Amino acid sequence: MNEDNTGTAGRAAVPVDDGAGVTTEKTVSGAERGTGGDTERRSTGPAGPTPPTTSPTIELSAIELPTAEPPAPAPPAGESPGGPSCGPKGLRARGAVAVPGRRPVRLGPVSTVWRPRAVLLPMVVAALLCAAVVMNVGRGDISVPVPNVIAVLLGGGEDIDRLVVHELRLPRSLVGALVGASLGLAGAIFQSIARNPLASPDILGITSGAGVGAVAVIVIGGANGGVGGVLAEVGVPLAAVAGGLAAALVVAALSLRHGLSGYRVLLIGVGVNAVLTSVLSWLLLKADIVDVGRALIWLNGSLNGAGWDTARPAALALAVLLPLGAVLTFQLGALAFDDDTATALGVRLALARGALLITAVLLTATATATAGPIAFVALACPQLALRLLRSGTPPLLTSALLGAAVTVWADVFARTAFGGVELPVGVLTAALGAPYLLYLLIRSGKARTS
Amino acid sequence: MTDILKDRGTPGDRGAQKSGRAPNGSPRERRSPDEGAAPRTADGRAVRLRADRLTLGYGGRAVVHELDLDIPDGSVTAIIGPNGCGKSTLLRAFGRLMKPMGGRALLDGAPIHRLPTRQVAETVGLLPQTPLAPEGLTVADLVARGRHPHQTWYRRWDADDEEAVARALRRTGTYELATRTLDELSGGQRQRAWIAMALAQETELLLLDEPTNHLDLAHQVEVLDLVGELHRETGRTVLLVLHDLSLAARCADTLVVMKDGRIVAQGAPADVLTEELLADAFGLRARVRHDEETGVPLVIPLSRQAVKGD
Repeated sequence: MNEDNTGTAGRAAVPVDDGAGVTTEKTVSGAERGTGGDTERRSTGPAGPTPPTTSPTIELSAIELPTAEPPAPAPPAGESPGGPSCGPKGLRARGAVAVPGRRPVRLGPVSTVWRPRAVLLPMVVAALLCAAVVMNVGRGDISVPVPNVIAVLLGGGEDIDRLVVHELRLPRSLVGALVGASLGLAGAIFQSIARNPLASPDILGITSGAGVGAVAVIVIGGANGGVGGVLAEVGVPLAAVAGGLAAALVVAALSLRHGLSGYRVLLIGVGVNAVLTSVLSWLLLKADIVDVGRALIWLNGSLNGAGWDTARPAALALAVLLPLGAVLTFQLGALAFDDDTATALGVRLALARGALLITAVLLTATATATAGPIAFVALACPQLALRLLRSGTPPLLTSALLGAAVTVWADVFARTAFGGVELPVGVLTAALGAPYLLYLLIRSGKARTS
Repeated sequence: MTDILKDRGTPGDRGAQKSGRAPNGSPRERRSPDEGAAPRTADGRAVRLRADRLTLGYGGRAVVHELDLDIPDGSVTAIIGPNGCGKSTLLRAFGRLMKPMGGRALLDGAPIHRLPTRQVAETVGLLPQTPLAPEGLTVADLVARGRHPHQTWYRRWDADDEEAVARALRRTGTYELATRTLDELSGGQRQRAWIAMALAQETELLLLDEPTNHLDLAHQVEVLDLVGELHRETGRTVLLVLHDLSLAARCADTLVVMKDGRIVAQGAPADVLTEELLADAFGLRARVRHDEETGVPLVIPLSRQAVKGD
């Protein structure tokens, strides 16, 4: 995925080309550096008196004589020996100039900024995800040793191991990964659009909407134990998607007047969430005790009983929505600014926001329909990814991978760490996520700089 | 471009330019033939931005009333006026940030709010009064976002982008700050970084909404000198909203004075900034003196006591 992460990596040695055919290597330190340091960077051009094309800095223009350039000072330490033409960017076309911290990667018409962190971190997280899947598949009543799991996953292995892995355990891990990825991606989109780390489907009431939809089908449909077969298979997920979309529509309609950023949309979300939670309680109170049990398991976000059938819709949704997210992430870069700046940069705000929001709502609703509301993954993972990547806005790919890894690891512990009791995975993510939410709230004072 | 850059201003010729009113004011004719019908000012300069009986407002309440205004190509125009006179609103309309309630805001003869956002963004750059950026953004990344209108989802950093960003960083003296994050900068540095972003957009027109807001005097001068340099070096048309009258007179060819959503005076600073106008538009008793060297009017506000003794 082609992310334009705004990392601060690449702070060390940066090639500096002053545009006069002179290339030097210079270390831009974090230390205070006056803007008048323009001359210090410049070394003698190859053809003597060629005036540099560099425009003067403000301070210089006021004091400089119009005729002569100041004599070139000694080249900065660390310059590559052998003169400018042997510099690291010696092959760069004349006239091209480098921007510190934004090394280009170009292939035909495709171009982006090289950010080592944005490549390495997703790989690390993906490795963690693979480890989690292997662990989760191996552990359980019938323990499969790690080498056997890997053998099966690579297409080999013994028959008994293959049965356990393929039929019993793998679908569950896969569903966990898909759901976690969807939630992480959705959370990253919500937080980017609202420009607020607290914006997440949990807080905006979208998860609750999906919950109300699903529980309504479980409770009302199953009042006489009559729900089963097709209605139970299709009805609950569909109702969850419908409920999530409806909640999102209500929140969007109520906050349209004042825009989707800032705290107002969060407060509206909290209000909608409160209403939906009380509807949920009412549904549970009037329900049959058997249905309540089923509803509660679903409401806690559970991967229990997840099979290949469960994985399919989630995989389909993610297969469509993840590439779409990759394309839309381009707009996120400009949407991270205030509305006026974003518009001045040529973004059609309503269109870009609408497309992104629908993508995020569909991701959330599909994930919730698949495994129930798994708490806090959508809230915490993008923020975690953002801090690990040191990017200005939540990175989409890393958030998705992190969501998957966190969910599967949580499932590993929920299944095996509490003896015979298998906890729903949502219980564990909530227990881990809530303290993180508190931490964010405590230090959310200085959120933005102008 | 290179030749223009070499021709950099010095204090001496800045004064000459001020009184002579734009030696390179000759507009660069970069328009396509089909726009030949675009309006012109009396002295033959093409008009890029025009307000035609423009009425603007918020929630049904008009703030700017049937305003007519021409912004000629290659000029630096400053809009001044008391708080709430509608000057920022007018600038927002020229930047396609609001839809007129009545009349039209025209860019090269076409109504701005009907043009595609992206097309406007390739021609008009706008820096809002208090722009917001995500926490932890570096200067280079901020300035690079100015390239957004020129990019697509797969083409995000081509050679043109890199060149434009490096040029904008150099011109604003922020190249050395490129890897610093915005929160590490002083107010003046930060403002220059934002201007660099608007520059990297490489638009022929630049709209600045109070670019000197919240800056101390030295930084205000620094930012306005930068605007002047940009204008001289690249011939960009600049329209800016300013609060400080003397600074506005110092940096602009043309002053537009607004009051209650209407234009009360318009023209060269030395002609416009008079004691009568200040009393009328701002309700301010002040003395206006002219700088001996440059002829630029200076506004000296008077206290009530001084007025009595005058």
